[in-house]
Amino acid sequence: MIGLQHYLLISALLFVLSIAGIILNRRNLILMLMCIELMLLAVNFNFIAFSRYLGDETGQVFVFFILTVAAAEAAIGLAILVVLFRNRRSINVQELNEMKG
Amino acid sequence: MGELLHIILFYSFAAVLLGAALGVILSRNPVHGVMFLVLAFFQSAMLWMLAEAEFLAIVLVLVYVGAVMVLFLFVVMMLDINVESVRKGFARYAPLGVGVALLMAFELAQLIWLRSSGVVGSGSFAETAEGYSNTKALGSVLYTEYVYAFEIAAVILLLAIVAAITLTMRKRPGLKVQDIGKQVSVRSKDRLRVVKMDAESKE
Repeated sequence: MIGLQHYLLISALLFVLSIAGIILNRRNLILMLMCIELMLLAVNFNFIAFSRYLGDETGQVFVFFILTVAAAEAAIGLAILVVLFRNRRSINVQELNEMKG
Repeated sequence: MGELLHIILFYSFAAVLLGAALGVILSRNPVHGVMFLVLAFFQSAMLWMLAEAEFLAIVLVLVYVGAVMVLFLFVVMMLDINVESVRKGFARYAPLGVGVALLMAFELAQLIWLRSSGVVGSGSFAETAEGYSNTKALGSVLYTEYVYAFEIAAVILLLAIVAAITLTMRKRPGLKVQDIGKQVSVRSKDRLRVVKMDAESKE
């Protein structure tokens, strides 16, 4: 029977893959943003699995809020990315060292 | 029979989901990465549907695939990214990335399988009553207990709109635009000059 542990394991694997993605693509800002989206998806999996396991809809309400905040974060992140590309002609994260003290 | 179908569907959706996630992190071309991410969101929506969270599954497809991923796709296609320069460190970071991933996967799997065995029992999901509507149940919690948080979520979305527009708006010099105030306040004497002069003779 498919249950809580199966969903938690899928979520954990998804989270681990997105962590690996952030480390592997340390130069590409767009891929880092996409990996953050995947991480939030993994968190949502946990919320839904526990909500269904406990029979309580509160967890699903929180998924709703996470989706809202993730959409806002994606919009602002992409806006920053566009401005950055307009000024620097590159999205390489390693070159963004102007603000170091 | 339904049980077996459920298990087969779960594992096939999960396999495609993890494959798509692998595609996202390994893709050479950012457009392919976004496409893999769309596939991953679709598979997640299907898995949520299997877990009887229908409303969130639909929301994931509509909001994420329909809006956020299209935004990503627009930005990726608009920017002219030099793929070779951003992928230079890929091989150098690969051992670290794989090592961290394996370590975390091992720890999380241990937590889930070993520590939950005596606590959560079989871990099967709660049975839903006859005529249960996920959307109705979610709405009855969202608009009563969490209505304040709901309003704050709306304000956060407004904030995102304002922030995104102010960040990306640029003032270009030499652009011809209407100034409504100037147009309305103009008087005929500013535009027209009446010259008093004698009539011209024939010569």
